[in-house]
Amino acid sequence: MSESHAHAGEHGHAQPLSFWWKYVFSVDHKVIGIQYMITSFLFLLLGFAMMLLMRYQLATPQPGENFDPEHLGMVRGLIAWLFGEERMPYGFMAPEFYNQLGAMHGTIMIFLGVVPLGVAAFGNFVLPLQIGAEDMAFPRLNMASYWVYFVGGVVMLSSFLAPGGAAQSGWTSYAPLSVTAPPGQTIWLIAMVLIITSSLFGAINFIVTTLNLRAKGMSLGRMPVFCWAQFVTAVLLLLAFPVLEAGAILQLLDRVAGTSFFIPKDMIYGATVFPRAGGGNPLLWQHLFWFLAHPEVYVLLLPAFGIVSEIIATNTRKPLFGYKELVGSIVFIGVLSFVVWAHHMFLSGMRTSLANLFVTTTLIISVPSVAVLTCLLLSLRGARIRFTVPMLFALAFLPMFGIGGLTGLPLGFAPTDLHLHDTFYVIGHFHYVVAPGSLVALIGATYHWFPKMFGRKMNDTLGKIHFWGTVIPMNLIFFPMLIQGMWGMQRRLADPTLQWHNLPVQGWSTVILVGSVVMMAFQIPFLFNFFWSIWNGEKVGENPWEATTLEWACPSPPPHGNFAAPPEVHRGPYEYSVPGHQVDYWPQDEAA
Amino acid sequence: MSSQAHTATVATSTGIPHAKLGMWTFLASEVMLFGGLISSYVILRSGSPTMVIPPRTMMGVPLATLNTFVLISSSVTMVLALAAMKANELDKYMRYLAMTFGGGVIFLMIKAYEYNHKWHEGITISSNLFGSFYFTLTGLHALHVIGGMGIMAYLMWAGAKGHQSPTNYDRVEAGGLYWHFVDLVWVILFPILYLV
Repeated sequence: MSESHAHAGEHGHAQPLSFWWKYVFSVDHKVIGIQYMITSFLFLLLGFAMMLLMRYQLATPQPGENFDPEHLGMVRGLIAWLFGEERMPYGFMAPEFYNQLGAMHGTIMIFLGVVPLGVAAFGNFVLPLQIGAEDMAFPRLNMASYWVYFVGGVVMLSSFLAPGGAAQSGWTSYAPLSVTAPPGQTIWLIAMVLIITSSLFGAINFIVTTLNLRAKGMSLGRMPVFCWAQFVTAVLLLLAFPVLEAGAILQLLDRVAGTSFFIPKDMIYGATVFPRAGGGNPLLWQHLFWFLAHPEVYVLLLPAFGIVSEIIATNTRKPLFGYKELVGSIVFIGVLSFVVWAHHMFLSGMRTSLANLFVTTTLIISVPSVAVLTCLLLSLRGARIRFTVPMLFALAFLPMFGIGGLTGLPLGFAPTDLHLHDTFYVIGHFHYVVAPGSLVALIGATYHWFPKMFGRKMNDTLGKIHFWGTVIPMNLIFFPMLIQGMWGMQRRLADPTLQWHNLPVQGWSTVILVGSVVMMAFQIPFLFNFFWSIWNGEKVGENPWEATTLEWACPSPPPHGNFAAPPEVHRGPYEYSVPGHQVDYWPQDEAA
Repeated sequence: MSSQAHTATVATSTGIPHAKLGMWTFLASEVMLFGGLISSYVILRSGSPTMVIPPRTMMGVPLATLNTFVLISSSVTMVLALAAMKANELDKYMRYLAMTFGGGVIFLMIKAYEYNHKWHEGITISSNLFGSFYFTLTGLHALHVIGGMGIMAYLMWAGAKGHQSPTNYDRVEAGGLYWHFVDLVWVILFPILYLV
């Protein structure tokens, strides 16, 4: 193996590329993957910072008894000075600004943070390596995808500068409020069209690459679970996003061209009739939006399933329990995710028979999710687990995602959902899925594939500090939300204390704030570890984890073109501890 | 980038060239885009109490029928262009592509005349819900026609520069798939906007 890699540098592009072409306008899937990774980390931090501001507001929504407008104190004074009179008078958040931060937090975290990290960053870097390809099928389209995403992100942020501020109709942008909102919403829509275009480019590329560029012997049944997860995710993006694009086009026309797709006849707005022909239906937007946004939940989740499968197989040193069941469940989730969307709309006055249909599909989709979790849990059974940093994150994913999934059941039943709809319970539920679930898996993936990306390992001690400092505060943040929600505390309120029934659970907001600040503080060791290890981490060879899949069969970091010679696959992806084999792992490309 | 210019020669796992598989994948998403918009139209048309449908005489059915014929004919010339490329007859290939491109030009000219006419009759994008859907759906379709003409122009440029040969006919095929799809969208839009 290693002799052949000596020639790897001569493969592909022989002439050296300048800095700009090598690292900025690169067509190499690995560079693009890392670009995506670093950009999405920045967006995640930004979204987190916005949330810190909001949690500060929710913990202290009203001036206390000793409040002195002349002496705001350090934190409040700084915030008031930074954001100005209009947004943060005396360091207390104006409701409009709260709505802007809420809408942008959701949009940034989902469309610019977690999806690009899970799909575009790790998918781009790992998928071609795992199937034994030189690069993606359309390298230039890949580069275009990154830059369109980047421009979309910049446009999205620029909306804060628009008159009236950024979009403030929530990440869901429900009509007709979103149609009558200030110009920031138009910028949101334009940015969304860019982001959708980018993920469309990515999805086409991932699908064609997975189908067309598999190495010799890499049949679909031998693909690692991660590749399957990415493939199904790409199909979801491909088919669900255009429907939101259609909705975005209609909403954009409603805002700029005077159409009334989502404006009912004679809608009263600001004490007068809104001057439109009318006849549209606001619920149509909800359907178009959730037709995307429910599959989108699985876009956030499926890559995490794939990542955790890889990490668990590597660190338990045994084959995954139920490879076929895992893959089958992932495909089944993908199919079913298209017929559950209206469970977000039980409160919209939907016909009971229709609601029953969506209750049924929603409960059915929990079955394959549980199957995935069960397979992963059973994979741990009887294993001599290596408690590496990525494995810690993968192990944390299982119960955390479990809480996220189980708290979803009451929302899937229409009767209980009517009470819980739009409360902090919903926030707690989906954050358990996305943050302690997906995001924890994605951080694990960063530790797991870092050696492949940079040829060095991240520091273990700092990694463990980061792990405990992330997972414990996360629960302090999200578990109290479930409690507050059950008491009826609604989301999207800049000041929940205005409602009497929220007062008994208002104290939890302080716990959440403390959890958020602590968690933010514990990201510093991670960021330091990440950038320090790129240059100073412990040097590693091509297969530091002694794993079996193909990405570990090329040098770390892989050169442009990846493999010295096209790899040939001889066996399934998780041949660990095979009886009679001299070592406890049997790489896919090793000749028998 | 050298590996990309000769995609036809690259062996693929499925045996389908990248360009063709990529185009089919892209068209699947296009189906969902137009599907979302057409479903919205169908739902509001059957569900909205204030959806006023203009009488057929106002819609100019004969002209739209002619336009349908033009677009279908251009699909036929596209098929012939691909056949000519496979048979390595560059002159015929260029001629048929020019005819396809011309079909797009005629379609858009008739469309422009129709738009102008309707606007003067009071069917505008904001006049009522039908007008909004009419201009949104046909407008997005017209943008796709323009995109398709861009592809034709590129394929003709490649032919003129000698970059096009039977070895990379797959991109002509992919361009053709796109053109047929745009044609198909019109074949759906025509009856649901003009006839029913």
